[in-house]
Amino acid sequence: MPDTATPDTAAPDTKTITLAAALRDAMDLCMERDPNVFVIGQGATAPGRLFGSTTDLLEKYGPDRVQEMPLAENGVMGALVGAAMAGMRPVMVCMRTDFLLLTLDQIVNHAAKSCYLTSGERPVPLVIRACIGRGWGQGPTHVQSLEAMFAMVPGLKVVMPSSPAEAKGQLIAAVEDPNPVVFLEHRWLHDETGAVPTGYYRTPLDGPRVVRPGRDVTVVATSLMVLEARRAAAALAMVGVECEVIDLAVLRPLKVEPVVASVEKTGRLVTVDTGWRTLGLGAEVVARVTEQAFGALKAAPCRLGVPDHPSPSSMALLEGYDPTATAILRAAGEQAGLNPAEVERAQAALTAAIGEWPVDVPVGGFRGAF
Amino acid sequence: MFKAVDDGIALFRDMLRIRMIEEAVALRYNQGHMRCPVHLSIGQEAVAVGVCAALRADDQVLSNHRCHAHYLAKGGDLTGMLAEMFGRATGCCGGRGGSMHLHDQAAGMLVSSPIVGGAIPLANGVAMAMRMQGRDSVAVVFFGDGACEEGVVHESLNFASHRQLPVLFVVENNFYSVCATLDERQPDRPLEDLAKGHAVPSFTVDGNDVFAVHAVAQEAVARARRGEGPSLIVGDTYRWMAHSGPIDDIERGYRTSDEVAEWRRRCPVERARAHLVQAGALTAAAEREFAATFTAEIETAFITALAAPFPARSSAGEHVYA
Repeated sequence: MPDTATPDTAAPDTKTITLAAALRDAMDLCMERDPNVFVIGQGATAPGRLFGSTTDLLEKYGPDRVQEMPLAENGVMGALVGAAMAGMRPVMVCMRTDFLLLTLDQIVNHAAKSCYLTSGERPVPLVIRACIGRGWGQGPTHVQSLEAMFAMVPGLKVVMPSSPAEAKGQLIAAVEDPNPVVFLEHRWLHDETGAVPTGYYRTPLDGPRVVRPGRDVTVVATSLMVLEARRAAAALAMVGVECEVIDLAVLRPLKVEPVVASVEKTGRLVTVDTGWRTLGLGAEVVARVTEQAFGALKAAPCRLGVPDHPSPSSMALLEGYDPTATAILRAAGEQAGLNPAEVERAQAALTAAIGEWPVDVPVGGFRGAF
Repeated sequence: MFKAVDDGIALFRDMLRIRMIEEAVALRYNQGHMRCPVHLSIGQEAVAVGVCAALRADDQVLSNHRCHAHYLAKGGDLTGMLAEMFGRATGCCGGRGGSMHLHDQAAGMLVSSPIVGGAIPLANGVAMAMRMQGRDSVAVVFFGDGACEEGVVHESLNFASHRQLPVLFVVENNFYSVCATLDERQPDRPLEDLAKGHAVPSFTVDGNDVFAVHAVAQEAVARARRGEGPSLIVGDTYRWMAHSGPIDDIERGYRTSDEVAEWRRRCPVERARAHLVQAGALTAAAEREFAATFTAEIETAFITALAAPFPARSSAGEHVYA
């Protein structure tokens, strides 16, 4: 069960679907309700249908509202910013966050500034979906997790879904939002399944939520790392350590109060980013918690993330690169003061639960396409 | 590299070699040792070979995600390419890049960028440096029809034209951007017209006719060397295999089996072979000898690459800075 679906309209019926299918359903419902919503992306009409996230939409809504995209990222992004200023609600889908780098001018200088410069008269209701690659030796330019770059920019909202039910509600909320929303999907989450309410509902883009309560260590994670943190927390529970796992979910505007409240209870904080540790979201979370709850901290906070070098292709170089449930388990275990024997017992519980997987493929045997 | 192209044998040989290497990659991909994507060049050998045969070792080639043929045609080390795909320390990127970032500095294969259009402006800079350093070398950048949609194409053509840079823009038009057809993405106009607006001489050739490609490339390279500025060459060609991966992908339904079959009939390797046989320049015995040589070379390269050590985990953070 996804722990955290918070539908704000009654939607008693659920079905168990993948996160990609949940996104597809969100798009479908949004397009059905609002003729101004349209989607454009490279591959939006291609056989793979953007990892299944636009399946059947072309057939249902036609080529004006489900558009294939030329390889003109910045130009198209600008056109979408313009369309949004003129009353449309475009959704762009980019198969790699790395490719979004070509669009930074339009996103940062235009989409994020229009509302401010027009004193609110011309907001930009634009959704930018982009996928974080990772895996199968794609190398340094197809796997980057650049959420911190976008989260730095006032005027943008930045969302990272972690469960199918939330992803659906968050995408609906993003489409309804009058602001530009950067919606970053980890490719390794697209095939994650969960019970998803069938109706139209929004999951408010209002900040972090506790996905597993606990008293000993606060673990703040985003995106795929929420899954990894939950695995670590389950294993640590076997040795008596209760982690409170918080899904940051909305990276901008960053609302840190739930994290502060949690640390006031636990006194210990571990953050886990999918992107670079240096200047990652964890750095900001730790800074704010330290500012607001310094007295509550019983240990120096710990940040996990990707080390300060590009993601190499070779599996041999990738060992230990991305944070894993094991890394989280060890960091949280250390925070909680576990002795080595207890850490190994927790590790054994983790291994028993998920098995062992090569570092370049996700737990569960997902085989691509990456 | 190419000592005698006059009789066309070298052009044929090089295409045959690349075809055999790519087929070997496809055949062995699922053995599980190549844990990276591969964007195979099968069907598109003629543009790479025809252009690179017009180059000197000191000329620089820049490529894209589909870089195997460019790398090999420019003289890139085969074992280094395979070792890179195997993630080994001896790979051309030391295992850091994978198949989409092939380079070989000794061979003049400068860089491959899998960000579409990413290498195009780099070629201008390389050309500018060559001229500022008083050399008569030429920079060549290969990109696809998809990259022609990027704004940087116009910025780069304008810049190259205004500065009369010794650069050759080579468009391999294979009609698809992943699965999207050209007419889903572009108006109906010749790709070479993109250069006309920037006063860059442009030429369209049959991209599956290695001799035609070579003739046009030789002329464009010579002009660039003489200081007469950039050119753009469009070669229409076709990707036989999936956008990425070791299989053809007809079952995905975005192109018809008739279309693929038609382009297979226009196979650049077969056409060169037929032409040379008809001209009496290629005997069956010579061809058997080429094939035997390449089979042995490929086998040795695979064995050597696969036997090479993995890079040490502790080296993953090296070379981030000079």
